[in-house]
Amino acid sequence: MALLDYFTRKKEKQVTTASKAKERLQIIVAHERNSRNKQPDYLPQLTQDILQVLRKYIKVSDESFSINLDKKEGDLNVLELNIELHDENNSN
Amino acid sequence: MARVIVVTSGKGGVGKTTSSAAIGLGLALKGNKVVLIDFDIGLRNLDLIMGCERRVVYDFVNVINGEATLNQALIKDKRVSSLSILPASQTRDKDALNKENVGKVLEDLGKIYDFIVCDSPAGIEAGAMMALYYADEAIVTTNPEVSSVRDSDRILGMLASRSRRAELGLEPIKEHLLLTRYSPKRVEEGEMLSVEDVEDILSIPLLGVIPESQAVLKASNAGEPVILDTMSDAGKAYQDVVDRLLGETIDFRFLVAEKKGIFSRMFGG
Repeated sequence: MALLDYFTRKKEKQVTTASKAKERLQIIVAHERNSRNKQPDYLPQLTQDILQVLRKYIKVSDESFSINLDKKEGDLNVLELNIELHDENNSN
Repeated sequence: MARVIVVTSGKGGVGKTTSSAAIGLGLALKGNKVVLIDFDIGLRNLDLIMGCERRVVYDFVNVINGEATLNQALIKDKRVSSLSILPASQTRDKDALNKENVGKVLEDLGKIYDFIVCDSPAGIEAGAMMALYYADEAIVTTNPEVSSVRDSDRILGMLASRSRRAELGLEPIKEHLLLTRYSPKRVEEGEMLSVEDVEDILSIPLLGVIPESQAVLKASNAGEPVILDTMSDAGKAYQDVVDRLLGETIDFRFLVAEKKGIFSRMFGG
């Protein structure tokens, strides 16, 4: 039987568990590195601080507010704020 | 100036303490003055692997709190006089260490020793961050296994952002990959990530590959770092690691499985 195994082995092993492991790791690691690079440590605190200032003047719900720090080509970083304003909520 | 080397991993149980002990002792055997520091506050174990657990009187936290001097706390290795061990404390006072007081201890040690090897606790909590903060070099200990590789990548992120070198904008920590518990046979059978796979994913320079070996358990049973077992594959592989850290270029060994004879291949076994 061992002799038979030896000849049939090659075919079965085309997709090995090791290659699955590598593929899964490449995807998750790339994903995690991306979010790591995009999100500096101060971003959560910055978000809270900006929200606090905004709320002194207008009503902003958590859902109508988003913040994004994007790394563009070269040394350019773009901090993007997206705030949805609702008429009835304006305080003037 | 002393080289501060952190042995880190993220994941637990991959061989940080075994590697710290072997590498520290190996560097000392080569004539360097070496101090091994156990940063695993609350879970002291380096003393056990080094075989000096009964000689611990004072520990790292005692030194930090001024309850003992460095000289009182350092344990001189009985095998190599140029090696000392600074044990971790067994109390759970995790907040005892901070950047200032650890920095002071490392500065004092740096005046005496050539190498300061910091054995990091697992995880990414304060203790692990403290162990890597002052590092010049990091030995990222990894098993060829998905969770270990992923955690190593997270630690690489920490090294690049949370260390003193990162904060001060100095030259980044020099990273080394140490692959442990490697089984060439399982790699050849497609059951284990290969050295190349892990290098591909983590993309840091390879320092060493330690084969899975029964010698490691025997060594920890006896409190004799495995590098002293010069007949074992693991001992030889750690010796190569030490030589590479000292600047030598050495071919990697134990990467291919021992070939079976034609008879055992045909008839099984």
